[in-house]
Amino acid sequence: MKFQISNFKVQNYFIFVLSLVTCHLSLVTDAHAMHISEGILPFNWALFWSVIAVPFVAWGLYRLKKLSSVDLSFKPLVGLMAAVVFIISCMPIPVPTAGTCSHPCGTGISGILVGPAISILITAVALLIQALFLAHGGLSTWGADIVSMGVMGSFAGFLTFKLLRSMKINMAIAGFMAGLFADWATYLTTSVELASGIRGDSPFMPLFWKIAVAFIPTQLPLGILEGAMTAGMVTLLYKKRPDLLVKMRVIKAEEAI
Amino acid sequence: MFFLTIFALFTVHYSLFTDTTASEKWPGVDETVVEKFAKEHGREAKEPFINTDQGDLLLFVFLIAGTVGGFIGGYYWRILMVERAPKIRRDEQKITG
Repeated sequence: MKFQISNFKVQNYFIFVLSLVTCHLSLVTDAHAMHISEGILPFNWALFWSVIAVPFVAWGLYRLKKLSSVDLSFKPLVGLMAAVVFIISCMPIPVPTAGTCSHPCGTGISGILVGPAISILITAVALLIQALFLAHGGLSTWGADIVSMGVMGSFAGFLTFKLLRSMKINMAIAGFMAGLFADWATYLTTSVELASGIRGDSPFMPLFWKIAVAFIPTQLPLGILEGAMTAGMVTLLYKKRPDLLVKMRVIKAEEAI
Repeated sequence: MFFLTIFALFTVHYSLFTDTTASEKWPGVDETVVEKFAKEHGREAKEPFINTDQGDLLLFVFLIAGTVGGFIGGYYWRILMVERAPKIRRDEQKITG
């Protein structure tokens, strides 16, 4: 028993040190984002994506109001989740094989924990702060960034997790796949937004594939990292605070350990 | 164990390139993909409305944001944990009593 405990502590310590090293290495470079910068999209396309984003953000506000009227402690939880998404989506991760930096999205984990509607709202707030103060994305391209990272990322994460859990797939694997697809869905949507916005008279599909393929060297490994991160968070919550997962309707009461 | 392995792989992977990371500029995908393709098609990124990339301005912004956020957090913590908590307990006592 003693051996088991010390073994467990050593393993935890090892994970902690590895996480610290990974975070440290990821912070040594300037932060760069997948967000579409100010001025990249023509006005009509920026407006189009903003119009698409508005009902989703409104839906998020409605869900937040409804859920927090039932349970007052839901708002601080959402605040905490917003801080997590903000930090994760600010984290620059160098990808040596591609020689570039990119960052995870965090919408996989928020989509799983607070649902797609509130996850979109959280992303919109995180993106606004980043556009205003960190030069990540722009104000005119805010709508496009909400659609790619918030809407597509949150739905991809949420639906993947739900689907895999309904098929009785292990929690860690479901979390991993949710994180992976949330990340990849975001960048795929960014490719659609970019290709449709800048193509001019050239055909859409060749440009879309060109951009999507250019994202692959960076996003392929980063998606795997985001998957591992999401799986780690969900598994940790499942082991340590299954009551929270029940409260957030991620698992049913009988599934709690 | 699977995640431990993934973390270990990433750490080893990055640690092999630490010197390069520290000495060279690593462009982000916004530069290498988004802005590159946009430029090819005649679109260029504009300066952000608020450019915080000037000296220690970003640190100052974070300091202000942290201070304001801390005060707001503290204020609502007080409401939640101090002012409302006894009321809830009183209500619970009424129900159980």
